[in-house]
Amino acid sequence: MSVQDLEKIFQDKIDADIRIEPKDWMPDAYRKTLVRQMSQHAHSEIVGMLPEANWITRAPTLRRKATLIAKVQDEAGHGLYLYAATETLGTGREELLDQLHTGKAKYSSIFNYPTLTWADMGAIGWLVDGAAIMNQVPLCRASYGPYARAMVRICKEESFHQRQGFEILLTLSKGSEAQRRMCQDAIDRWWWPSVMMFGPNDDASPHTAQSMQWKIKRFSNDELRQRFVDICAGQVKILGMTLPDPDLVWNEHRQHYDFGAINWDEFWSVIKGNGPCNKDRLEARVKAHEEGAWVREAALAHAEKMSRKRAS
Amino acid sequence: MAENQWPLWEIFIRSKQGLDHKHVGSLHAADAQMAIENARDVYTRRMEGVSIWVVESKYVHASNPDDAASFYDPASDKVYRHPTFYDLPDELKHM
Ligand SMILES: [Fe+2]
Ligand SMILES: [Fe+2]
Repeated sequence: MSVQDLEKIFQDKIDADIRIEPKDWMPDAYRKTLVRQMSQHAHSEIVGMLPEANWITRAPTLRRKATLIAKVQDEAGHGLYLYAATETLGTGREELLDQLHTGKAKYSSIFNYPTLTWADMGAIGWLVDGAAIMNQVPLCRASYGPYARAMVRICKEESFHQRQGFEILLTLSKGSEAQRRMCQDAIDRWWWPSVMMFGPNDDASPHTAQSMQWKIKRFSNDELRQRFVDICAGQVKILGMTLPDPDLVWNEHRQHYDFGAINWDEFWSVIKGNGPCNKDRLEARVKAHEEGAWVREAALAHAEKMSRKRAS
Repeated sequence: MAENQWPLWEIFIRSKQGLDHKHVGSLHAADAQMAIENARDVYTRRMEGVSIWVVESKYVHASNPDDAASFYDPASDKVYRHPTFYDLPDELKHM
């Protein structure tokens, strides 16, 4: 069969909402795009544990500590589901980790911002996990089977992340003057980076059309961003707080909120490695990997010894 | 031995007594015991399972999707294997 025929069969399947599975024929570009998108997502889950882990030992109550540990543990699981799904495309775990550790692969820029106060745990859960959910729910219908199945599992777990975050902010918003200030400050710092999580504007994201045709993207960056802004603009009122955007205003004609210009210079600068924590995050990852080497080796040695024992 | 050479395992979970084990994903582990423990930690954090099977991925043999058309062809013209194929009067009950 010619490549054109194979490509047609492939696209017909996608158009008919038939999932592509690991052993099915697929265009190289589809495989490559998926490996990039899925591994980037996996890396984000793993690096995303760092800013929150920063507050586990200082959580204000036992309940908050248990919750935060459970959330961070979930993120580790999300990384694992996604790495495993990516591996079905023929790229091994070591190679994926190597790409992260050498800076060849990217992860979500949001995790290059510091977590300065306890309120940041609330803002991250509400806004960062909120934006992630907005991005991830449509991916539960992605055309690549293992990816879609991983996303279903992830989305089920994410909703508690967002709710626990909002609960933290809600508690602070009903607290002392200092707590209310801390709450507003966290929202002020996390709002714009969260809005940027949806990526460049549609006219600046050249691969969107192809990804939509392949159904590994279901909505454009700007569509999802608008949905996020609309929802948050309503939710922030429950907190009695504000979003740091003087241009945020309901547009009756569009039936959406208008919002201010995004600082894309900041976005690209953080992606290029100049965010407040890029260096720390990568160093922490590499250190954890290197210092865990003896554990991986010991586990293997133990497994070998046990199998020798069973054999004799 | 080089680091990171833990083999890949496929994980199957029985969500409750009486149901089949179902494939849920995969993970790397040094041996079967570790694969089961890791599977518990990643795939049953919310009581999703009462039993776990792990199979090293290299032992899973799969049919080839490229042959699907001819491979499943023998079943496609045998409608008489389905109960609805048989023309029977409406007054016939309990069948
Ligand atoms: Fe996650
Ligand atoms: Fe999350």
